[in-house]
Amino acid sequence: MIQTLKPFMAALLAKQMREDGRGVFDYRPIEIEVNPIPRANGSARVKIGATEVLVGVKMDVAKPFPDTPDEGVLMVNAELSPLANPEFESGPPGPAAVELARVVDRGIRESHAIDVEKLCIVPKEKVWMIFVDIYPMNDDGNLLDAAALAAMIALKKAVIPKYDEKEGQVLHKELTKEKLPMKALPMLTTFGKINGSIFVDPTRREEKALDSRLSIATLEDGTVSAMQKGGFGTFTQKEIAELLELSAEKGKELRKFLK
Amino acid sequence: MTKVGAPEKLIVNGKRLDGRKFDELRELKVKAGIIPNADGSAEVTLGETKVVAAVYGPREVLPRHLSEPDRAYLNVIYTMISFSTSERVRPGPSRRSVEISKVIKDALAPAIFLEKYPKTKIDVYLEVTNANAGTRTAAINAASVALADAGIEMRDLVASVAAGKADGELLLDLFEPEDNFGEADMPFAMMPRTKEITLLQMDGELSKDEIMRLVEMNTKACEQIYEAQKAALKEKFATEKEAVQETIENSEGDKQ
Repeated sequence: MIQTLKPFMAALLAKQMREDGRGVFDYRPIEIEVNPIPRANGSARVKIGATEVLVGVKMDVAKPFPDTPDEGVLMVNAELSPLANPEFESGPPGPAAVELARVVDRGIRESHAIDVEKLCIVPKEKVWMIFVDIYPMNDDGNLLDAAALAAMIALKKAVIPKYDEKEGQVLHKELTKEKLPMKALPMLTTFGKINGSIFVDPTRREEKALDSRLSIATLEDGTVSAMQKGGFGTFTQKEIAELLELSAEKGKELRKFLK
Repeated sequence: MTKVGAPEKLIVNGKRLDGRKFDELRELKVKAGIIPNADGSAEVTLGETKVVAAVYGPREVLPRHLSEPDRAYLNVIYTMISFSTSERVRPGPSRRSVEISKVIKDALAPAIFLEKYPKTKIDVYLEVTNANAGTRTAAINAASVALADAGIEMRDLVASVAAGKADGELLLDLFEPEDNFGEADMPFAMMPRTKEITLLQMDGELSKDEIMRLVEMNTKACEQIYEAQKAALKEKFATEKEAVQETIENSEGDKQ
């Protein structure tokens, strides 16, 4: 089945065309919903075309890691529930889920998007743990960009719950007005490559025909904070140089949704 | 910088803490054919980082549902032995090792003619025996030598190395303090014959220009690694050839 899909996609792309009528460097329409989940400290639902991802932020207080005694902790996790794609299976996270979570995590962590030093309550003892959980609701390709965008919106809108220092307890039902300290807004852009043609925001059908994929996280000033190549194909040095330029441009487009 | 144990400086008097130049690779050793039971194997040592690779296959696909009608199923498992790091690693898969196994698989697959071995499985087992940064790239170097040693048809070997940034300088082949306390790390792999890039990861903060300079730096180092990989394979097969010749000569001696 994949054997018939790939020549078709490749032929279209060779003419700078796509199945859904988009240009090669156009995203599908993007829709966002802010804080759809009242119980979460922050949440976002992002749709890119038919792809839909729900991301929630929860916070708790715990002991910091010994090598970063005065920094809060970021934990990103992805659950590829079978409700979102007939090919997903329940059970422990597989390589796709782990990669999704870790690429989103690196984009945020390495750009120092969260000012983790401000999340310290008592050095070596108590810091805020920020849990970012990614749940795809419908996978029509490019979960990476949808999840990364949703994670940034959820973090930006998240409020810190009240912490009772005497009791050493988080009062999960009482929220403060305090927002998470954010320093940067990394945006992830994923490119696909089929038979030498490169395009942005692959659909699920395009993903099935992909040779390779390159995801690049960029900041407002064009700095790159994470990259990840995937798939059984390759990229040339020239292609990487071009995609670095393009990802900064696409990042700007995506960042508008954070307002 | 709030990280505990960070050295004050990573670059002292224009030199790195281990005395290397900015674009200098650690001492590299490649040895092919070290595990007699395996169809192919290799050990790569890069400074203090040591990785052993074993390839089994093409062989029957188990469990059977993983079998692919038009190509081999490539299975890559990267693990760290429990005493390979300063703090003991809990044996078994971790999120980190699952992701690294996947990116290594994506880095090796472009070089293998998987379509020549339909309905079979090729297993690549990678054990980090001593970790001092650059374990995934050392693992790729070992894996591609082991695949070639197993006689699996390939487009090219895959050579791999990481470069990054520490104390504001672009550096080749980071070792542990530079990796832990530096600004960025960029693991990279390519097929040196065509210069096609098969692995590209980056975490940290870099400008586009810095990334392209690191790509250049990595490319050069991969060419050097490629030579060591080829030499290791030649040495192994030369030894094997000698052994065969000796057997032939001995048997001829018996006849006379």
